[in-house]
Amino acid sequence: MQSGSSGRPKRLQPLVDRPLSKGKGEVTLSAFGFLFSEMVQKCQNKARTVQELESRLCNYGEHVGVRVLELLTHREKGLKRETRLIPLLSFLTGSVWKTLFGRPADALERHTQNEDEYMITDKDPITNKFVSVPSDMGAFSCAAFVAGIIQGMISGADFVGIRFSCGCIWIWMEH
Amino acid sequence: MSVLTFIIVGKRDNPLYELVWQMRKDEPAHLNQFVIHAALDIVEDHVWSTQNMFLKTVDKYNDLYISAFSTASNVKLMLLHDSRSEDSIKGFLSDVYELYIKTLCNPFYDVGTVIHSTSFDARVKSLAKKYFGG
Repeated sequence: MQSGSSGRPKRLQPLVDRPLSKGKGEVTLSAFGFLFSEMVQKCQNKARTVQELESRLCNYGEHVGVRVLELLTHREKGLKRETRLIPLLSFLTGSVWKTLFGRPADALERHTQNEDEYMITDKDPITNKFVSVPSDMGAFSCAAFVAGIIQGMISGADFVGIRFSCGCIWIWMEH
Repeated sequence: MSVLTFIIVGKRDNPLYELVWQMRKDEPAHLNQFVIHAALDIVEDHVWSTQNMFLKTVDKYNDLYISAFSTASNVKLMLLHDSRSEDSIKGFLSDVYELYIKTLCNPFYDVGTVIHSTSFDARVKSLAKKYFGG
């Protein structure tokens, strides 16, 4: 590789000089599957219980969530941000889901008794596509990663409280 | 029109980035930063009342004005200046917002920590020169 005068390869610009454009918009499923499997394996090695594994995956997702919130808000909404919960949830299940997974989320529902609880349903999360869960792990689901992304976005926008339980993704929140 | 100080404030009211152009004479050290920090409460109120990111001028201290810009994750860009030329302030803050998003895209940058990057620093300084003339 050629070096510029700063010792850095010439073709790599500093991050702040690159344009903040839409980018390619697609990543190969196999690349994602490979990277995600390594993440799950790493979490598995470090975690002692299933709960800890889930919360580690959730934690990884949070890092993504904060960045996704900022980047997609800038791309889709310019200089406006969300101050109310329900528009934020619609933004999440619509635009964000489409950008991340190629389709909007299957459903967004509100709990009948507790007005603070909402449920986002995704029937076929991409994280569970290539994963087989052994029966002794109980109700574990790799969709904890996606729940983490949602958690990162919601708490990034300063709303509070999320609990994840698997199957689909349940969100329980207060504001 | 001269700007005195620019600070990026994170979610826990911790400064992520600071740029000071000039201190007035005979003032205690760090008065600029103190004034900006004191304005954070007012910014918090404004943040929930509007959907705009650009909050215009939020506070006044003697003859100085403080303008604020709040991003989607409530990271605040605060500017201390001495006259009200809104367009250049808005342009400057929007451009720094884009730089901040680019910094976020770096997976090795921990959100909510101080921004150390020298290229970020250089870019902010050149933006300041472009909008406020050095």
